[in-house]
Amino acid sequence: MSRIQARFGELAEQQRKALIPYVTAGDPQPDVTVPVLHALVAAGADLIEIGVPFSDPMADGPVIQAACERALVHHVSLHDVLDMVREFRRTDAHTPVILMGYLNPIEVWGYQGFAEAAAAAGVDGVLTVDMPPEEADDLVSALHERSLDAIFLLSPTSSEERMRKISQSASGFIYYVSFTGVTGANRLDVDAVAKKLDVIRCHTELPLGVGFGIRDPESAARVAQVADAVVVGSALVGKVAGLVDRPGSIPAELAATVSAMRAAIDAQAVT
Amino acid sequence: MEQTTAAEAARLSDTLPDERGHFGPYGGQFVAETLMRPLDELNSAYRRYIKDPEFLAEFDSDLRHYVGRPSPLYLAERLSDEIGGARIYLKREDLNHTGAHKINNTVGQALLARRMGKRRVIAETGAGQHGVASATVAARFGMECVVYMGAEDIRRQAINVYRMRLLGAEVVPVESGSRTLKDALNEALRDWVTNVENTFYIIGTVAGPHPYPVMVRDFQAVIGREARAQVLEQTGRLPDALVACVGGGSNAIGLFYPFLGDREVAIYGIEAGGDGLETGRHAAPLCAGKSGVLHGNRTYLMEDVDGQITETHSISAGLDYPGVGPEHAWLKDSGRARYDVVTDSEALEAFHQLTRTEGIIPALESSHALAYTARLAAGMDRDKIIVVNLSGRGDKDIHTVADLEGIRV
Repeated sequence: MSRIQARFGELAEQQRKALIPYVTAGDPQPDVTVPVLHALVAAGADLIEIGVPFSDPMADGPVIQAACERALVHHVSLHDVLDMVREFRRTDAHTPVILMGYLNPIEVWGYQGFAEAAAAAGVDGVLTVDMPPEEADDLVSALHERSLDAIFLLSPTSSEERMRKISQSASGFIYYVSFTGVTGANRLDVDAVAKKLDVIRCHTELPLGVGFGIRDPESAARVAQVADAVVVGSALVGKVAGLVDRPGSIPAELAATVSAMRAAIDAQAVT
Repeated sequence: MEQTTAAEAARLSDTLPDERGHFGPYGGQFVAETLMRPLDELNSAYRRYIKDPEFLAEFDSDLRHYVGRPSPLYLAERLSDEIGGARIYLKREDLNHTGAHKINNTVGQALLARRMGKRRVIAETGAGQHGVASATVAARFGMECVVYMGAEDIRRQAINVYRMRLLGAEVVPVESGSRTLKDALNEALRDWVTNVENTFYIIGTVAGPHPYPVMVRDFQAVIGREARAQVLEQTGRLPDALVACVGGGSNAIGLFYPFLGDREVAIYGIEAGGDGLETGRHAAPLCAGKSGVLHGNRTYLMEDVDGQITETHSISAGLDYPGVGPEHAWLKDSGRARYDVVTDSEALEAFHQLTRTEGIIPALESSHALAYTARLAAGMDRDKIIVVNLSGRGDKDIHTVADLEGIRV
C-alpha cells in the first residue's frame, strides 16, 4: 500500500479530511524549503505537495509564476527538489510527498530514470499538470513500476467519459480543479464543486482532493465538507512572496496559516 | 529516431498527424485537463468544416477579395543575376492585406470561431504581425479581441501595438518570464483556460496542442498550392528547391506542404542563427535544440539540462521563439526537409540586397530565407529554380534596421 493510500485510509477511519499544502521548492531560496515542509507537517498538514519550478508554468497564475521565477534565480532543478525530499525524509518517514509540476523537466531526465530517483528519494506521487492521460501511458507505467502514484486532474470541463478514463490511470487520489482558470484566482463556488464531486464519485473509489481558490480557513472548511482533501497553494505562496527579505520567518508564518485552516476544517467535521 | 526515406516521409505526410495530433513522436496534446474539452470541440469543428464546401467557398472568397490572393510568384531577375546562379522566384506573401502570410490563418480561424458561436477571440503575438492579423479579422467580423504581447516586444514594436488598438483590440502587456513571445503564449493559454466557454484562441503558428499544427497548416497551405500552380505555369516545371524561414514555422509549412510528395523538390527551412550558433544567442531549436514538451506539443526546443526553456535571440522578433511546429520536427528527422541557420548580420545583408536590386523591402524574418537562398543559388546552375517565401514586408522593421545603423528615423 502506498503512503498516500495509507494516509487517506487513516483519515477515513478518523473521519477527518486531509489538508494538503503546496509550496514551490526553492522559493525564495533553497535552504528554506525543508524547514518549511517540517513546519507544515507540525501545523497539521496530512500530505505535502512540492511544486517543481518551471520556466513556463502555463496553468499557474501570477503568484506561483513569481515563485517559480524566485526559485529559478537559484537554478533549482528537479534533481535539487529530489535532494530536498531526501533530506525531509530523514526525519519524516510518514507524510506523503507529491511532486507537482510540468512535464518537460521529467521528459528531459527520462521517465525511467526519474521514477527510480524519485522513489529512492522518498516521493510518493507525481502530478504533471500538462500531461493528460492520453499522453501519459509511458510515464504512468514508469511511476507504477516504482510504486509511485500518478495523480491526475479533473476539472469543471471534464466529461463523464474522461472521468472514467482518468480514474483508470489515476491512483492515490484525484485532484479536482474547482473552477476553469489558473491557480490563485478567486472563483470558488463550493455548491458547483459539490455537484461535480457527486458525479465523479460515480466513476471512482479514489479520494477526491479539491484545489484552486482556497484562500482562508473559511473556504478550506467549506470545501472540506464536500471533498476528501483540501489543497492550498497560492494562499501560502503569496505569504512567501511577502517574506522574501525575512526568509527565517517563513516556516513559522506558513505554519500559522496552515494551523488556522486545520482548526477550521476539524471544527467543521465535529459540527 | 530511425531515418525514413524521403519517399516514405512523403507518403506518411499524407497520413500524419494521427488522430491525436502526433507526427511520429512529436505533436500531441500536452495541456491541463480543463483545455481538453475545448480542444476536442475545436478539433471536431475543424474536421467538419475543412471538408464543408460552403465553409471552403467562404474561406476562398475571403482570401481572394479581402486578403488579395492569389499572391504573385515573381521572378527576381536582378537579384538572380547579381547572385549569378539559380533563378529566384519570390512568393509575394508580403502583398497580402496586413503585409504578411499571417492573415491567411486568422481568416480561417475567425470563420471557424464564428461557426462555433464564439464572440471573443484572443491571440499571442511577438513582432505584432499575428496580433495585427487577428485584430483585423476581429474588426471585420465584429468580435471582441484581446492580444497578449510581451512587455519587451511592446516596447520594440510600438507601431504594431498602435495598429492593433486602432483596430479595436485590447493589447495586454505580459510582464512574466522573458517578457517575449513565449510568455505571451503562456498568458493567452491562461486566458483561454479561464474563459473557455466564450473564447476562441487564434494561435498564429503551426505549434501548440492538436489540432492547431494541422489546422494552421491547412489554412496556410494555400501558399504552396498557388506557388506550385504558378511555377508550373510560368516555367513548365517544378522548382529545384523551396526556401522559407522557420520561427514557429507556419509560412514554411504553408509553402512546403503541397510539395512534400514531389521528391525532386529539395526543401530548406531556415532558423534564426542570431549571433551565431556557437554563441548560444540564437533561436534555432531544430539546428541546436533537443526534443521536449512546451505549449501543448512535443517538439524541438531551446532548453537547458534541467528542462527549463532558455531565452532566445534574433534580430527578427517573429523568429524569436524557443520552439517550432511538430511537423517540422518530423520533417527534419525523416530527412524530407533540411534545416539550417542564417545569422542576424547575414539576414540584414539580404534585407538590403533585395531592397536595392528589386525595390522590395522584405521583413527581417523573410530576410533569413533570402540570405540562405543567396547562398544556395550561388552554388547552382542558371537553369535551376528556387522558390522562396517572401512571408512579409519590411515596413515594420525599418526602425530596427535604422537603429542598428545608427540612424534616427
